[in-house]
Amino acid sequence: MSVRGLVNRFGTQLVHENLDLDILKGEVLGIIGGSGAGKSVLMRSILGLQPYQAGRVWWFGQEMATLADAARRQLERRVGVMFQDGALFSSLTVLENVMVPLKEHSKLDEHFITDLARLKIALVGLPPDAADKFPETLSGGMRKRAGLARALALDPEILFFDEPTSGLDPIGAAAFDELIATLHQALHLTVILITHDLDSVYRICERVAVLADHHVVAIDAPAKVQEVDQPWIRECFKGPRGRMAYTQAQTLEAAG
Amino acid sequence: MVAAQFHLEEAADGPVLHLVGEWTVAGLPEAEQLSQGIVAGSGERPVRVDAKELVALDSAGALMLIQRWLGRVPWPEIEGLRAADKDLLALVGERMATPRVRKRRVYGLGPMAERVGVATEFAWRQLMLLLAFGGQTLETIAAILVGRQKLRWTSAVHHMERSGLDAVPIVCMLSFLVGAVVAFLGATVLADFGAQVFTVELVSYSFMREFGVLLTAIMIAGRSGSAYTAEIGMMRAREEIDAIRALGLDPIELLVIPRLLALLVMLPVLSFLAVLSGILGGALVGGTALGISPGLFLARMQETAEISYLFVGLSKAPLFAIIISLVGCLEGLKVQGSAESVGRHTTSSVVQSIFLVILIDAIAAIFFMELDI
Repeated sequence: MSVRGLVNRFGTQLVHENLDLDILKGEVLGIIGGSGAGKSVLMRSILGLQPYQAGRVWWFGQEMATLADAARRQLERRVGVMFQDGALFSSLTVLENVMVPLKEHSKLDEHFITDLARLKIALVGLPPDAADKFPETLSGGMRKRAGLARALALDPEILFFDEPTSGLDPIGAAAFDELIATLHQALHLTVILITHDLDSVYRICERVAVLADHHVVAIDAPAKVQEVDQPWIRECFKGPRGRMAYTQAQTLEAAG
Repeated sequence: MVAAQFHLEEAADGPVLHLVGEWTVAGLPEAEQLSQGIVAGSGERPVRVDAKELVALDSAGALMLIQRWLGRVPWPEIEGLRAADKDLLALVGERMATPRVRKRRVYGLGPMAERVGVATEFAWRQLMLLLAFGGQTLETIAAILVGRQKLRWTSAVHHMERSGLDAVPIVCMLSFLVGAVVAFLGATVLADFGAQVFTVELVSYSFMREFGVLLTAIMIAGRSGSAYTAEIGMMRAREEIDAIRALGLDPIELLVIPRLLALLVMLPVLSFLAVLSGILGGALVGGTALGISPGLFLARMQETAEISYLFVGLSKAPLFAIIISLVGCLEGLKVQGSAESVGRHTTSSVVQSIFLVILIDAIAAIFFMELDI
């Protein structure tokens, strides 16, 4: 998946200017940046959820803008998205939510789909009795997991996470990082993580792209990116929270 | 895409399962159809699985494989499976849920009676809730009158504009058309008696006493009552109402009273306009199709209509205003955190307020008839 020369503008406010980004198969890529740096806008542009002013986006080597609707939908099935708060359909139970893409996009038997949906719910670490609950009765962390189960429904090859750990307590956030790492390995996913949680970046990202000044200012392994001399990166990685996350990651690595 | 296929081969030491093609969500349906009814563990279990020709495997394929052939661990040996797919299979096997029995709804007389009982109790509770809410609102009004709480003028005027002024065109238009229709109907029937001129009384009498206010109330219930429910319901779903409470403010004072006041002022005004438009519609039909000139229409109205008719009609307007705004706001406050809930309560709000408006209008008609007004 790659992006070339992306330009996003809202009125007079420039968000992205000639932004380039490449996503490699099988990697865990973190996209970080300050609030308002355009992380979510970038994700929405790549996914085609939001029109952009200029630039080109390729999925699996094909340019999205030039594809016919049917071909585009075919590709869209190979990509999953977990939205910030799960974005579950509030009128359906968790199980029904996970079944929606399966029912719409596959010709499988309903019983099998139900079993498959239950499997996905188990895969993301939700208890079996959560399946019949409505989203409003779940906690924030469980809603995120349910959203992930729905994103996984069609076994996508690429999975986007929008702020997966925001709003979670440290233990829940660590568990979610762990879950992403497990799924990445077992399901051979390419994972794109939009985040501002440095702990997640150090723990699970193989590469990290930093968004600042309308561009990707650095993209490399976390340990290398933190050495880049750029105001935002300096402040972020060398600030108190950045140092703490780094030391912690070092200790974890040494221990494990 | 190569569709998933499988076939069993009898080898010397037992059946061998061959897997071919893409065992993925997209490739599976055919194999799923063919293998329906096979449950792992019930019949012969393959002694070996040959996956050399397997092109792709995803969690759906893994689930089917385990469900229908492999069953519980230890699994038979799987030849030619890529290491990555092995991980996937292991993970799916570990997390696979055992199938569960779904609860079924029971039918019959007993359960039916039970459901009727539950529904009746629910309806009764709703009525009590509405009365309690009316009481709470009265209490807040009292607090405002003695100066302990504030009246939000800005909000009230805003709602007067939105649910009053903005509704003028549609209310007038509707009444005008109904007025014309009533005049036509009346003329058709009255012509048989040679009493076409009584159309004037029919139109003016019915609009002043009933139709003006009733049409307006129904329009406003559909237009503004539903808007109140949706607005407050959305606020409730996004915890804004809780925020209001947590800030030490009163949602009734902030949200309900301004809307109530707005309708209380605007509904009589709109009703009056509706009466005028209805009579205008009648007069137009009278003038163009029935040969009753506008001058004659007015003279006849002056002779026969009494001002008390208008007061009888308009006296109901404040009552309808209270019902529409209370029901609208209360349904909004009942919303529970989902888009579906907002929709359900909006429907319920419109149905309830129109029902109550017509019910009270009927009771009022009997009341005024007994009073001989």
